[in-house]
Amino acid sequence: MIIDLPSTTTVDINSELVKLRKEGGVITLGRVMTLVIDATNANAEDAIATANTASREHPCRIIVLSPRDGGDTLDAQIRVGGDAGASEVVLLRPPTATMDHADTLVTPLLLPDAPIVVWWPTVVPATPSASSLGAMAQRRITDTKGEDDPAAVLCSLSRGYQPGDTDLAWTRLTRWRALLASALDQVSDNRVLTAHVRGDVNSPSILLLGAWLRNTLGCEFEATYDPQATGLVEVVLTTPAGEVAIRRPDGHNATLSQPGQPDHVIALPSRSLGESLAEELRRMDADPVYGEALHEIKAS
Amino acid sequence: MANPLRDPRDRRLPRIAGSCGLVMFGVTGDLARKKLMPAVYDLANRGLLPPAFALTGFARREWDKEDFAQVVHDSVKKYARTPWREETWAQLSAGIRFVQGTFDDPAAFAQLRRTVEELDKERGTGGNHAFYLSIPPSAFPQVITQLRESGLSDPQEGTWRRVVIEKPFGHNLATANELNDVVSEVFPPDAVFRIDHYLGKETVQNLLALRFANQLFEPIWNSQYIDHVQITMAEDIGIGGRAGYYDGIGAARDVIQNHLLQLLALTAMEEPASFDAADLRTEKEKVLRAVRLPEDLSLATARGQYAAGWRGGEQVGGFLDEDGIAPDSITETYAAIKVDIPNRRWNGTPFYLRAGKRLGRRVTEIALVFKKAPSPYFQQIQGSDVGTNALVIRVQPDEGVTLRFGSKVPGSTMEVRDVTMDFAYGNAFTDESPEAYERLILDVLLGDPPLFPRHEEVALSWQILDPITEFWATQGQPEAYRSGSWGPAEADRMMARDGRAWRRP
Repeated sequence: MIIDLPSTTTVDINSELVKLRKEGGVITLGRVMTLVIDATNANAEDAIATANTASREHPCRIIVLSPRDGGDTLDAQIRVGGDAGASEVVLLRPPTATMDHADTLVTPLLLPDAPIVVWWPTVVPATPSASSLGAMAQRRITDTKGEDDPAAVLCSLSRGYQPGDTDLAWTRLTRWRALLASALDQVSDNRVLTAHVRGDVNSPSILLLGAWLRNTLGCEFEATYDPQATGLVEVVLTTPAGEVAIRRPDGHNATLSQPGQPDHVIALPSRSLGESLAEELRRMDADPVYGEALHEIKAS
Repeated sequence: MANPLRDPRDRRLPRIAGSCGLVMFGVTGDLARKKLMPAVYDLANRGLLPPAFALTGFARREWDKEDFAQVVHDSVKKYARTPWREETWAQLSAGIRFVQGTFDDPAAFAQLRRTVEELDKERGTGGNHAFYLSIPPSAFPQVITQLRESGLSDPQEGTWRRVVIEKPFGHNLATANELNDVVSEVFPPDAVFRIDHYLGKETVQNLLALRFANQLFEPIWNSQYIDHVQITMAEDIGIGGRAGYYDGIGAARDVIQNHLLQLLALTAMEEPASFDAADLRTEKEKVLRAVRLPEDLSLATARGQYAAGWRGGEQVGGFLDEDGIAPDSITETYAAIKVDIPNRRWNGTPFYLRAGKRLGRRVTEIALVFKKAPSPYFQQIQGSDVGTNALVIRVQPDEGVTLRFGSKVPGSTMEVRDVTMDFAYGNAFTDESPEAYERLILDVLLGDPPLFPRHEEVALSWQILDPITEFWATQGQPEAYRSGSWGPAEADRMMARDGRAWRRP
C-alpha cells in the first residue's frame, strides 16, 4: 500500500503511521532498527529496492531522504505491506535547501530506543560522523565504489574514522577474506612470507584488501593494478609450504590453490548490493578490523 | 601458530569447516532426502562448506554415482531453503560418490574405504570424515563394527573421524547403555555426535539468550514467582507410516525422553560458566540428576491413545486401526507426566510435560505460569484466572515469546483483563533463519559439540522415564481420546488434582 502525503509535516506522517498500525495491524513493534538513507544524487527507487531486500533479514523502518530542487514544502510517501518488503518505508522529499536540518526532520520518525543506521548510496561524506544524520547514528555505511579517486576518498574516511563507520567496498571482500582465512587454517606452517594482489585500477575494495593483508600479515606486499582487469583477479599468499592463491580471471568462478591439495573451482560471484547491505545491518557494533585497514591506507 | 588472518574481533568471517567428507548411510530414507541433503546444499550455498568437501552415499540400491547425484539433485531442488545456483551445485556434485552394498558385506565397506581414500587424494578431503548413520538403531552395531573392521573408523595422526547418530538412543536405560557400549568401543566419546534436532533450533538456543542475556527474567525464574511450568509438544498428525517404529515405543519414549527433557533441562538449569560444551552439559546433567518423580505414579501421569474422529475437516481413523498396529496394542500416543526438581531454585514448582499425536494443532512450547499477585485487592476481583502471568516460549511453529499480564479494562470500574504481548521471531529477524540440520551438520564438521547431548544426559533421561514406562506396562489399555482434541480426560484430572489446568496452546 502506498500513501501519498503532499505538502505535509512529520506530525501528519506520524499520525498516519499510527493509524495504519491500528487499522491494518501493520506491525511496527518487531522492527529492530531505523535505516536512514540519504539518497542525495541517488536513485531513490533503487535504494529503496535494495533496502527492501536487506530488510527481509532485518525488518526495519526505512526513512529515505530524497531532496528535490525547488518548492518549499515537504512531500512524503508511506509504503507498507507488499510495497515495502518486510519493512515500512517513509520517503521524504524535502527542499534541498533544508537538508542541513535533515536530522531534526528525521528525529520524530525514528523508532524509540532502536539503533539508527545511516546509509549513503552515492555521496560519500568527507567525515560521516560529522554530518547531521551521521552524528545521531550508531552505524554509518558509505559506498566508495565508483569514486574517481578511491584512494583519496578512503584517506578522507580514514582521517574522520569513528567506530561504527564501515564501507560497502569492505563488505564486498568478506567472502574473499573468509576463503583466505580458512585456506590458511589448513596450512600447518601458516607464516606468510609474501602477499600479492592483482586487480583493476580504481577499486576501493582492492585497496582495502591490500591494506588488510599488509596490516595483519606484516610481510612483503605487492599490488599490481591492471586496467584490463575487472575487479579483483587474484590474491596469492606465499607460505613456507607453498602458495595459497585465489584466482578469478572471469569475475565469476574462482580457483583456490593450496599446498598439498588439488585445485578447487569455487563459485565466487560478485555480491549484490542487497546482500552486502544485509551483512552490514547484521552488526550494530564497530568493526575495528575495518578501522585498522583504513588506517593502513592513510599510512601508506 | 595462530592464523594471522583470524582476529577474534573480526566477526564478519564465518566459521567454515576444514576440508572433510561426509559419508551418509541410509540415503534413501525420508530424513536424508528431505532434511540432510538439502541442509548440505544450503550450507554450500552459504559458503560454509570447505571447497574440498565430499558427500558419499551408501545404500543397497543398484545405483552408480550419477544415479545418486540425481537423487541428491532432486531432493535439493525440492526441499532446499536457499535458491538454486548452478555454480554451487557444480562445486558440490564434483564431490559426490556412491558405494553400493549391504551392511553385512565386508567387501562393500572395503570399497567404501577405497572411495574415501580416493577422495582424500582427488578432492583433498584431508583424511577427515564424518559418518552419518541415518539408519534404524538395530543396524547400528553392524555398521559400527564394519566401520572398525574395514579400518574406516581409525583416524591417522592429525585427522579426525566422527560418527553422527539419530534418536532413538535405545528404548530404556539398559538398551541405551548397550548402544553406547557398541558405539564407544569404536569411537571415543568426543567423536560421537548425538543429534537431537530440537537443540539446533534457533528458539531453543534463544532460550539461553533470553534467560542469561537479560536482567529482566532471571530474578523471577524460580519457585518464589513461578507456580508451575508446562512443556508441550503436540502434533496434529497420527503415526502415518511409522507403525513399525512406533508400536511398543510410544509418545513418552519417542518425544519426552529426548526433546522434552532437553527443553526441561535448558529451562531449569543454572547459568553455565561458559557456553562451551563441557560447562553446558554439566549444568544440564546437574538439573536432570535433581529431577524426582512423584511417589504415586497413577496420580501424576496420564496416557492415552487417539481414537477415530475428525481432524482439520478430515475424517481420520484411530490408532488401533492403523496398518501394522496390533488391535490390542497398549502403546500410548499421548503421554503426560509431572516431575519435581526439589533444588533451591525449583522446590515446590512442578514441571508438567506432555506430548501427543492427533492433538488440536501442531505446537511445541514452554510455558512458565506465574503465581497470582499477592494483592489483597486484586485477588478479590472476579474472574479467578485474571492476573495469572505467563511467559510462553513458542519453539515451533511461529517461533517467538509471549508474555501475558493483566491490564485495566477502560471504564469507571477497576476491572482487569489479561492481555498478551507478543514477540515473533519472524517479525524482528529474518524469515530465513537456518534449518536446525544446517547448524547441526556444520557443528559436526567443525567438531563443535555444545548442541549435542552426550551419553550421560541420555542415560539420565532414561532413568527419569523408565519407572513411568514400567508402571504403564502394568496398567493395560490407555484411555482413548478423540482425534483433534487435547488428549485424554485423565490428563485433565491429573492437573485438576493439583488445582491447575493445561494451557490451551
